[in-house]
Amino acid sequence: MSTSGNAQRRPSQLFRNLNAKVASIPMILTALLVFLGGTVWTIVYSFTNSKLLPRLKFVGLDQYERLWSAPRWLTSIENLLVYGVLSLIFSLVIGFVLAALLDQKIRFEGVFRTIFLYPFALSFVVTGLTWQWILNPDFGVQNIVRAMGWESFTFNPLYDQDIVIYGILIAGLWQGTGLIMCLMLAGLRGIDEDIWKAARVDGIPMWKTYLFIVIPMMRPVFITTLVIIASGIVRLYDLVVAQTSGGPGGASEVPAKYVYDYMFLAQNLGQGFAASTMMLLSVAIIVVPWAYLEFGGHKRG
Amino acid sequence: MNAFKHLLAGASLLALSTSANAAELEVTHWWTSGGEAAAVAEFAKAFEATGNKWIDGAIAGGGSTARPVMISRITGGSPMAATQFNTGRQAEELVEAGLLRDFTELAEKEKWKDVIRPVSLLEGCTVDGKVYCVPVNIHSWQWLWLSNKAFEDAGVPVPTNWDEFVAAGPALEKAGKIPLAIGGQAWQTTGAFNVLIPAIAGKDVFLKVYQDHDAEAAAGPEIAKVFKAADDARRMSAKSNVQDWNQATNLVITGQAGGQIMGDWAQGEFQVAGQVAGEDYTCLPGLGVNELISTGGDSFYFPKLDDPEKTAAQEVLASTMLNPATQVAFNLKKGSVPVRGDVDVSAANDCMKKGLEILAKGDIIPDTNQLNTEDTNNQLNDLFVEFFKTPSLTPEEAQKRYAAIIASAD
Repeated sequence: MSTSGNAQRRPSQLFRNLNAKVASIPMILTALLVFLGGTVWTIVYSFTNSKLLPRLKFVGLDQYERLWSAPRWLTSIENLLVYGVLSLIFSLVIGFVLAALLDQKIRFEGVFRTIFLYPFALSFVVTGLTWQWILNPDFGVQNIVRAMGWESFTFNPLYDQDIVIYGILIAGLWQGTGLIMCLMLAGLRGIDEDIWKAARVDGIPMWKTYLFIVIPMMRPVFITTLVIIASGIVRLYDLVVAQTSGGPGGASEVPAKYVYDYMFLAQNLGQGFAASTMMLLSVAIIVVPWAYLEFGGHKRG
Repeated sequence: MNAFKHLLAGASLLALSTSANAAELEVTHWWTSGGEAAAVAEFAKAFEATGNKWIDGAIAGGGSTARPVMISRITGGSPMAATQFNTGRQAEELVEAGLLRDFTELAEKEKWKDVIRPVSLLEGCTVDGKVYCVPVNIHSWQWLWLSNKAFEDAGVPVPTNWDEFVAAGPALEKAGKIPLAIGGQAWQTTGAFNVLIPAIAGKDVFLKVYQDHDAEAAAGPEIAKVFKAADDARRMSAKSNVQDWNQATNLVITGQAGGQIMGDWAQGEFQVAGQVAGEDYTCLPGLGVNELISTGGDSFYFPKLDDPEKTAAQEVLASTMLNPATQVAFNLKKGSVPVRGDVDVSAANDCMKKGLEILAKGDIIPDTNQLNTEDTNNQLNDLFVEFFKTPSLTPEEAQKRYAAIIASAD
């Protein structure tokens, strides 16, 4: 600061770290043009009656009215809610429990970690197809159990409209919890060894240490995990396509599939844009208050 | 290194020789089942005989998977040289956007107007008086395919119409057969329903609903009868848990299922399996009730290309496809009817002859692809795939939703 002795004007705020700012211009442009621009464009065109190609012929809220009176969209939303809530709870619980178990300094930890994380290396399509076979009543679990003698055993979630979404949830959890476990494990490793020692000296039982000391300390890890799980929920698409194609009878439809089908199969861009705008809105409703709490209001060191 | 150089030299030589000789045209289509692949090979053979090269761009998964890929390639600026669509409104907007080639000159030179019948086919290709596509076949949806073996096993005579078929349902079930095979894909359920309309309610109601988009007719008592019949179909197909149409056809071929409502393209599968019409299987046009057939089918569209050589080859391909010899060879394998009235179809089998007779009598209806937009078809798909898999959805409730879709159709 005091090295420049003469009374020169301080360089304006704008030109400080000039190199860094120039370097970030491409990213800023991408964010503005691609993300923001694309979003605005989509929202604008969701008020038009664009069919195969976009065209600016405004029809007001028609697309939204049609969307919310379409039984398929309502089923999609319901499925997303069921899948979302359950996936959030089970991913966190299973992921954390697995991580806590692995954290007990067990032998072959690396092997277990690899086994648990491995499903994450598979694409959703492969996961979906694999589970489609496992859950197929003629070849999979049901067949095996029946072959062992339990003749009346019935387990065919993918062919039952009422429980098909749970069949998809199983595959989703199998694929996703490994990653959550790894994130949690990293968080657990970040907890200072001394805290454990102090807790042990004070005679606090292990589950209490986890619940009241360790988990609150892992808040940043949990938040990252939440964002990852939540984004996985909203974009749920390939798993459904691979496992059921939305069936049986449209019982496992999800919003992302509605968007795709109406944009590309039905050649009705307007309807697809309206649906994707609703998806954006639902994400915004969750993310904006959280972002405000996290980044806005008070600045933390 | 040396080997690499040789490879390079070879590759450039290859590139030179092909560009000197002939144009390579990539043709996309969704013909992937056994019978379809055999048919499309006839096109390829005929086209390569002209000295050009056919690059097969088959897209698996049926039209609903293939069309988005084709459209995005055309709108995205890397078009193929030719592509299949169903005759009708699927490419309407691509034509309006000026992305497809105008073939009016060739059509006039080769007198397409005189040779292609029925005229509705070429009309489907014509926008503002200009011809934009080449119809290659006539497909009709209105067929009930029956497995003679299945009925023999069940100990009942092979039905001659829809009512007898429904009546035979319990006997088939008792013999451990699936009475009616319907694949899980949505378009198959919609298709089956659209076949039931002209059979049960008649041609006029069909046209009122799909041509005039008359919501009152769609909510009326005639369509209610159709929904009753669809309810029967739903009960009879409850145990059929295959996905693709040709898997469902295979159930009929192997005698595991009594019958299937499917277009005449199913015939290609019977043929590949070595079955004989009248002996191994029976076909009932118009479900044996109301003998009329729709004149849908496939057409080829040619996107505008920059390469003049390829552009010239597009014309060669278009006239090859309409060439009488190619038409016969292709359509016999495909199980469809040639679009030309002036070709020799004496090699046609019983079922195809029935179709030709009905066509000659003029008992035809337009295909739903010609009448409805893809948007409407998709909404119908959503409804019928749910209806056929959800026993708790009553015919009355479904009809209400059906009428609402027809009311909003354009």
